[in-house]
Amino acid sequence: MFGIKADWSLEVFERYFTLDDYAGTNDVRWCSGCGDFAILNTVHRVLREAQIKPEKSVAVSGIGCSSRMPHYMGTYGLHGLHGRALPLANGIKSRRPDLDVWVATGDGDCFSIGAGPWLHSIHLNMDMVILIFDNGIYGLTKKQTSPTTNQGTKTNTHPKGAILPALNPLTITLGITNVSFVAQVVDWNPPLLFETIKAAHQHRGTSFVRVLQRCPVFSEEFTKPLQENPDKFTLLEHADGITIDDNVKRLFNNVVDHDPSDWLGAMKYAKDIENIPLGILFKDPDAIVYEDHSSVGLGTTNEEKVAALNAAFDKFSI
Amino acid sequence: MSEQVTGSRDIPKTLSEHIVEIVSDSGEGAQKCGQTFGAIGGKMGNGVWTVEIIPAEIQPPARTPAGGSGNRIRVGSKIMTNMGNEADLVVGFNEQVLYARIANGAYKEGTIVLLENKWANDPQEKIRDEYTFAVKEFRENGLIVHELPLEEECLKIVDNARKGKNMFVLGMLCRIYNRNKELGLNEIHNTFKHKGDKIIKPNQELFNAGYLFARDNLEYFYDIPPYDGAEDELENVVVTTGNTAVGLGVMAAGMELISMYPITPATSATHYVADVFDGGGGFIHQAEDEIAAIGFAIGASYAGKTACTITSGPGMALKTELIGLAVMGEIPLVIVDVQRGGPSTGLPTKVEQADLLSSLYGEPGDAPKIVIAAATIPECFDFVIMARKLAEEFRTPVIMLTDANLATGVQPWQKPKIQEEWFAAPVDQSPWDKNIPAYDWDENTGLSPRPIPGQPDGMYVLTGLSHTDRSKVSYNSETNQITSQHRSRKLAALQSTLKPPVVHGDDEGDLLIVAWGSTIGAIEEAVDNLRAEGHKISSTHLRFISPLEPGLKDIFSRFKKVMTVEINYSDDPDGPQINSENRRYAQLAMVLRAQFVIDIDCWSVVYGHPLQPGMVTDELRKRLENLSSSQPSQQQAKDQ
Repeated sequence: MFGIKADWSLEVFERYFTLDDYAGTNDVRWCSGCGDFAILNTVHRVLREAQIKPEKSVAVSGIGCSSRMPHYMGTYGLHGLHGRALPLANGIKSRRPDLDVWVATGDGDCFSIGAGPWLHSIHLNMDMVILIFDNGIYGLTKKQTSPTTNQGTKTNTHPKGAILPALNPLTITLGITNVSFVAQVVDWNPPLLFETIKAAHQHRGTSFVRVLQRCPVFSEEFTKPLQENPDKFTLLEHADGITIDDNVKRLFNNVVDHDPSDWLGAMKYAKDIENIPLGILFKDPDAIVYEDHSSVGLGTTNEEKVAALNAAFDKFSI
Repeated sequence: MSEQVTGSRDIPKTLSEHIVEIVSDSGEGAQKCGQTFGAIGGKMGNGVWTVEIIPAEIQPPARTPAGGSGNRIRVGSKIMTNMGNEADLVVGFNEQVLYARIANGAYKEGTIVLLENKWANDPQEKIRDEYTFAVKEFRENGLIVHELPLEEECLKIVDNARKGKNMFVLGMLCRIYNRNKELGLNEIHNTFKHKGDKIIKPNQELFNAGYLFARDNLEYFYDIPPYDGAEDELENVVVTTGNTAVGLGVMAAGMELISMYPITPATSATHYVADVFDGGGGFIHQAEDEIAAIGFAIGASYAGKTACTITSGPGMALKTELIGLAVMGEIPLVIVDVQRGGPSTGLPTKVEQADLLSSLYGEPGDAPKIVIAAATIPECFDFVIMARKLAEEFRTPVIMLTDANLATGVQPWQKPKIQEEWFAAPVDQSPWDKNIPAYDWDENTGLSPRPIPGQPDGMYVLTGLSHTDRSKVSYNSETNQITSQHRSRKLAALQSTLKPPVVHGDDEGDLLIVAWGSTIGAIEEAVDNLRAEGHKISSTHLRFISPLEPGLKDIFSRFKKVMTVEINYSDDPDGPQINSENRRYAQLAMVLRAQFVIDIDCWSVVYGHPLQPGMVTDELRKRLENLSSSQPSQQQAKDQ
């Protein structure tokens, strides 16, 4: 029997997807030096590594610079309305749990006009990755104060400087019941960005990833001090979180072991605005995933539907 | 069953119809009593129309006109299509709740009032005085008041009459209208069956006691025979509200998702489906707000499972921006708007037909979409099925308008034979032809097939921005002009498949009434009244508003005068300051005037209650009398 395959069926070649398959054909139109490029390329690489079929993946967005991302993907996409990316994404997942869903949103789109959906989507915990392209400014509408604009930063709506201290999206997100994954990363450290987004993609539930992101045109001061001084960061690593290559680790003076199942610890790091945490703050694989409930009855046959309808009618018959 | 009784009480007087109201404080169960009484009528082959009397608050203060809660039931020997005029017989659990009904014009001279008399001996002097005063005032106004010891009688059976007086009253009504007693006892059994015998038994006892009380103490004994042919139809009759019919329609359309946010008077449709959706394989998503509700539905629709969102006017206002996205991205979606009084919070529990223009034109930019209006309770069911098909076929949101009158009205209707072709087809996941763009618009119809996520080679990015056929963002001026044409052309294409509306009455004459929505019964009854008086009046009722049904120009031309009758606001032409250059017309009238460039008049009111056929008859009679016989018809005017 040597040399003879036991399985006589035809060999079907699985398609292998390259970065081009995930990149689509549109020219990417972000400003030169924009941090969005790094996030986009990382998503393409994570998808390639996971070999998700492009037709099975959907990139959803709201409005803003970040929200152009679906146009730069070779997958399906839904470029929605300002602040509404998350309800659209949740709806997609509700009856199509087979689809791989990504959400691209920004600090204005998510933390300001989309604040309601932000809270409730974390609560729903549907399996998707939410990437917040956080540059601390409204870019597309040209430099207005965003919820994460640092206090004192001069903008076109606050020429004397932003009045309030910046909102902390990490503590807010961690405070939402049923939260299952919170991470923070910067766009200018590709290996860390890759590991974080990959872990987010692998997590089942809503993975909230805030990416501190460069906007060289409108908010250089948001990221420049951070780029210049890695000591502003605390790098979180753990066997259950992400493990970080020594070459990357070498850049950071503050590296701590943080178990992402430790919510109180996560809150402590999240609150610390002097030592900004990078990596996975929190992860709970056991949180309720809403589509496990919203997709019930997917295989219901027409016969079953007819029977259910007749039974429903019978309750009202005379 | 009443052999021992002698005299005229033994022989019921035959009536062709009666209007009965049961009104109590909120929470005393008058609504349950009324619904059950209506259902019994339906089961006995009567035509029935029920309207809920609903206070806007959950626990309004007791014994106040604002707190009145209950039902009006019109029951007769013909198919009932509306709530009728003034009530014939009223049961009041206290006198104060009746004041609101009197203010609504619900009663007339000769209306029989069966009134709880315990207030006459209330420990509080104020209450005793109020009661005495009211009874005197009711009588002075011609109401025939019978003060009855309802509470006292109930206390012979239960400790707390607040729970159960409604079943005592049901028993009374069943005797008065010579209803089949077994049907009443069965209804009670079914209502309380999940609570067990402990609850069923006393309620049935109360029912029996009420029945005997009415037999022995009241002179009223009526019979309302079934309508002709009722017996043949009874086999397949169901008795539901319009909202229940909408819920059943969602299931029958094979839609798997309702995404909603609570709002009166729409929510009961979802409540109903929540109980039965599991078996049909569906899911209800209660979103965090109206906007997220439609966003979630659009997401599901985009992914291939056409979804439904059910709301009312204030919710429509919030959903506007996303409706625009669905129009622009050509996403099928069913939006049910159960209209209530507006603007703003308005009259949450009361009827109005005032979301027509906002449904048609509510979005910024040009957002053509299909707008249909159910006129009857069975149409609340049928139109949801149609709406899903239209949404998918024409790749557009469909707004289906109903209203608080249909939502809470109860009517027997023929149970349809369930057909599998009503259901949505399974989501197509076969490979897409790469050469076909995501919007392969047909030049003539604007229609195009739609790729669904999961289909290999169909990948595109849906966007609310102006886009090319491949869904590439485009700010090109020509592209925007052409794609706007394509989206608009779909409506003309749909219109070419529709039939002209039916004319009720002769297809020519002096006056044509054009209307839409739940007013059909009252208007057609009024038209019938006036035709019986010899007037040349007809009516036509539109189901499609966008696009309009074809052939209207021709129909209008055969009448001397055309006007709409609607439940939304319009200026009285004789009002102060009002002239032909500033008069604001009713909403359908505006649409028709703009489309047909003829002087279409209107009569519309916003009293918050359904139209009464008597009121419509009186108003239209005036119009007919004012119509000069020498006035040329629209057609003649055009020919001159």
